[in-house]
Amino acid sequence: MSAGIEPAGRPLLDLAARRRNDARRRQLNVAALRLLVAVVFLGGWELATRLGWIDVFFWSQPSAIVAKLWYWITQGTDLGPLWDQVLTTMEETVGGFVVGSILGVAIGVALGRSRLLSDVLGPYIKAANAIPRVVVGALFAISLGLDIKSKIATAAVLVFFVVFFNAFQGVREVDRNLIANARILGAGDRQLTTEILIPSALSWIVASLHTSFGLALVGAVVGELFGATAGVGELIYAAKNNFDAAGVFAGMALLAAMALVAEALITALEDRLIFWRPPVTTETRI
Amino acid sequence: MSSAIELRDVTKRFLTPSGGVYTALRDLNIAVEPSEFCAVVGPTGCGKSTTLALISGLEPASEGEVEVFGKPVSGIESGIGYVFQADAVFPWKTVLENVAAGPRYHGLSNRDARIKARDWIARVGLAGFEDRYPYQLSGGMRKRVALAQSLINGPRILLMDEPFSALDVQTRSLMENELLGLWSSTSASVVFVTHDLEEAISLSDRVFVITAAPGTVKSNYKIDLPRPRNVAEIRFQPRFAEIYGEIWNDLRDEVLVSYERQKRSGAA
Repeated sequence: MSAGIEPAGRPLLDLAARRRNDARRRQLNVAALRLLVAVVFLGGWELATRLGWIDVFFWSQPSAIVAKLWYWITQGTDLGPLWDQVLTTMEETVGGFVVGSILGVAIGVALGRSRLLSDVLGPYIKAANAIPRVVVGALFAISLGLDIKSKIATAAVLVFFVVFFNAFQGVREVDRNLIANARILGAGDRQLTTEILIPSALSWIVASLHTSFGLALVGAVVGELFGATAGVGELIYAAKNNFDAAGVFAGMALLAAMALVAEALITALEDRLIFWRPPVTTETRI
Repeated sequence: MSSAIELRDVTKRFLTPSGGVYTALRDLNIAVEPSEFCAVVGPTGCGKSTTLALISGLEPASEGEVEVFGKPVSGIESGIGYVFQADAVFPWKTVLENVAAGPRYHGLSNRDARIKARDWIARVGLAGFEDRYPYQLSGGMRKRVALAQSLINGPRILLMDEPFSALDVQTRSLMENELLGLWSSTSASVVFVTHDLEEAISLSDRVFVITAAPGTVKSNYKIDLPRPRNVAEIRFQPRFAEIYGEIWNDLRDEVLVSYERQKRSGAA
């Protein structure tokens, strides 16, 4: 009697092919449905404004927004070429994101390591976190002026708290066994921090980067609203002052595009930083 | 000749989260000779792991003396290896980096540490897997990494906390044989904590039976089975069955006490 393993004949190959077909069909389905959602939403909006159900003056319409974007791209904005505005906001966002993340990780790890520091500073950080932090934009507009510095500072403050709490928690939640093992193997304090605590906290920290990049964008735009000479936030502010709803929506569309691009970049960064984790097999990440 | 490890009248108390005091060990006396392989058996929660934490210096004793080679233990010192029950290899390091960690921490250059690590990886049978990450290995292979990681530091004392309890039976007896092989080429004293009496007898020279908590030594047996041993076969020897019967008599009562307590606290 032989073991019951069948050679991979036709039936198995058919099965594999069918699976692949199913998967492809499903993907096409999803793409088509996505398109449908966009068409229904944008088409409905356009139709509703054309039929006069909603007031185009307040709510604009997709065709006007596209026209506005096209005008900005080809003719430039009132503040100068569109590209410069996007670049300015991007610089402020990335600047704030980098400064806030570095400070958040450094201080989060330091407090996570030291019981005394966290006990002493804990209440102050909680109190600072309780303030609606976008208002610091006003303070920075006064103290740092209307150029890029005040926006970076505002964005950095928003980013800092998110990254800080994650880094702190990440360090606190490190597997006790890993710490004990490293210490038994002879690791000193510095090696413990750089080789065990930070890599271990990195999953937490990187997870927070997704949220915090969005917040950096919020910080940059809010900073621009408090007073600026360039940037997408300033574009939106100017459009608002002109009762130009299409301009406001066009600015929002730009911000959304920037956020999506950044999200993709951070996901790529995440895979780089946390290479030691089994590949994630979920189908969609939202 | 002095003992490699000596615990004299050791008591260990912990503060419970609710503010009470839990006595894990009471008046524990254990002495382990140099190059001796000792097993510590006892019911669940009797303080077996705590014993290892005391010897390694991870935890201080509340009362009594803990000495390693005649010196009181006052913190983590080199010369001790510790294989943990749960996976404690570093998931973000490759097999090679994991094994090389100890020598690097002791001041060896990265290059020399890696050369040494390759040798140990081969000795535990993982040659060819140097660049894998732990998540890419089976449970048995991760245990081999943990073994190499500990042994590469040349410990004079090797502490093992139910290291093979998560492995399937076949892998387990394979690992036990390999452990004996590796150990015989060193002169390390081993303290091997387990709840499995069969494992304890087949591996060791001496078995300590610990009572239900608060743990203290109930009895200690010299295991006079000849070495080298084959763990998979030694249990069929008549002498093995005799020893097993003797120790089980002691252990059974403690297991029952512990079981009754668990039932009661479960019912409450």
